[in-house]
Amino acid sequence: MSTTSIPDLDRLMPPAPPLLRLDGVHMAFGKNEVLRDITLHIRKGETPVLIGESGCGETVMLKLLIGLLRPSAGQATFDGRVLTDLPEADLVRQRLRFGFVFQGAALFDSLTVFDNIAFPLREHTNKSNDEIEVLVWEQIHEVGLPGALLQRRPAELSGGQRKRVGLARALILKPEVVLYDEPTTGLDPIMSDVINELIRQTHQRHHVTSVVVSHDMKTVAKVAQRIVMLNPVSRIRPNEQQIIFDGDAAELLIASDPRVQQFVRGEAQSRVDLSQSSLSDY
Amino acid sequence: MSKAISPAPSGGRFLAGLRAIILGWGDISDFTLQTLGWMVRRRPSAGTMLPIFYQVGVRSVPVVGITGLFIGMVLAVQAFGEFTRFPPLRGWMGAAINGSVIRELGPVLAATMLAGRVGSAIAAELGTMRVTEQIDALTCLGVNPIHYLVVPRFLACVFLIPLLTVLADFMGVMGGAFISTQYFDIEPYQYWSQSQQKIGLWDILVGLFKSMVFGALIAIISCHRGFNAKAGAEGVGRAATDSFVLSFVAILVVDFFMAMFFNTLYVQIWPRE
Repeated sequence: MSTTSIPDLDRLMPPAPPLLRLDGVHMAFGKNEVLRDITLHIRKGETPVLIGESGCGETVMLKLLIGLLRPSAGQATFDGRVLTDLPEADLVRQRLRFGFVFQGAALFDSLTVFDNIAFPLREHTNKSNDEIEVLVWEQIHEVGLPGALLQRRPAELSGGQRKRVGLARALILKPEVVLYDEPTTGLDPIMSDVINELIRQTHQRHHVTSVVVSHDMKTVAKVAQRIVMLNPVSRIRPNEQQIIFDGDAAELLIASDPRVQQFVRGEAQSRVDLSQSSLSDY
Repeated sequence: MSKAISPAPSGGRFLAGLRAIILGWGDISDFTLQTLGWMVRRRPSAGTMLPIFYQVGVRSVPVVGITGLFIGMVLAVQAFGEFTRFPPLRGWMGAAINGSVIRELGPVLAATMLAGRVGSAIAAELGTMRVTEQIDALTCLGVNPIHYLVVPRFLACVFLIPLLTVLADFMGVMGGAFISTQYFDIEPYQYWSQSQQKIGLWDILVGLFKSMVFGALIAIISCHRGFNAKAGAEGVGRAATDSFVLSFVAILVVDFFMAMFFNTLYVQIWPRE
């Protein structure tokens, strides 16, 4: 007689409907087409990492998911609600269920670190100053920063500290979804690993759905449950989708598409002819 | 064989230019309406307002005061040359100088100085916030950027620029009086009594109303330029420059139409004999 373990039961359950959806999304800025017919469904609790060459539209996808941008065609849906159909007040309520960690952290220059992290609490809750102080201290410890930084201005912080303050601000309202835009760009390898570890821990502690845009294969290896690779619109072949890979890390390593392998290995062959370029002069 | 790129037909360029102008006007009108809407819907907090009021108001006092003082003094020097050609008219110098300062030069030059000092700073600050994604961050945090960033700056400009204009007027009047009475020996009684006869409450109120309109123009143009800044240092620099140039042109154009309007209105209310 066979016994059914709990993971097997999970597999037998009907899959939960996607929390985040992009359906047939096109996006163009003027004549510059960035996304073409993108369909992507992300389930609750998933951690997909979006990869692809710079400029192929991953950040635009994040901004579509939170309703910062309206697609030129198609629709972005969050928790069953089409974001473009929502009135402004509802859209604001939905956005509060997200946290967004920007590439450059996007901390408010005129506020201290404390005020940056407390900003969402002051804007959207009726908590007293004492309660806010406790929550900010908890959050700053969670991202591994010393309390001594709280009275500093963003300009006085290092790149890694800024990213962690950005993460603390994104998490302070306990969001259900956290969007990370190139969280390790511009950081040294050790700080990159610290940020990757924080993304992983945040996912485990808070059971959030995390969508990460990254060009860093170490981030992919450390945090990705699912990897989605985009191809630039200018290089899409006839009858081909812009998403050229959608699978897990093991599948990524054995993907047959040479473009995927080229990206994973970081090889410039066929893109730059080194024998013809000025690099050969050196 | 390479293909020669032919220039777009002039008709097409004209239509594209016209479309860009119409879209630009639509965009700035929508921006203005949103600002006015948020101003009515929800008052910004004192914590947001006070630093901006300090930046716009208190920090502008020296530059506006000095500008006003020297406008009055230069006017006195220039007017004296003309009035000495007709000695009986020397007593009218006060009316001419003070009238010019209060009706036109005070409001226009104070607004111009503030377009340079305050408007460019607003455009550069908001432009930097745009290119560093701070404005997007506000939106993601459920805060409307127009309510949080534009409304306080709009209110500061609309309410403080008239006060700064009062300062510019006062300094201009004092500067003109000092040079006229102390340096050119104009009889002080004549100087002030002619001014009192020729300048009334109407002139002062019209000057203040104009400065409120100029304040609104500076705020809207500067914030709009900042919100639409293009990426990079060049984009922010261009936003700051554009905000000053557009504000300056708008001040002069609107001043002309307001001068025409108020002159007509004055004649309607108090017909000339």
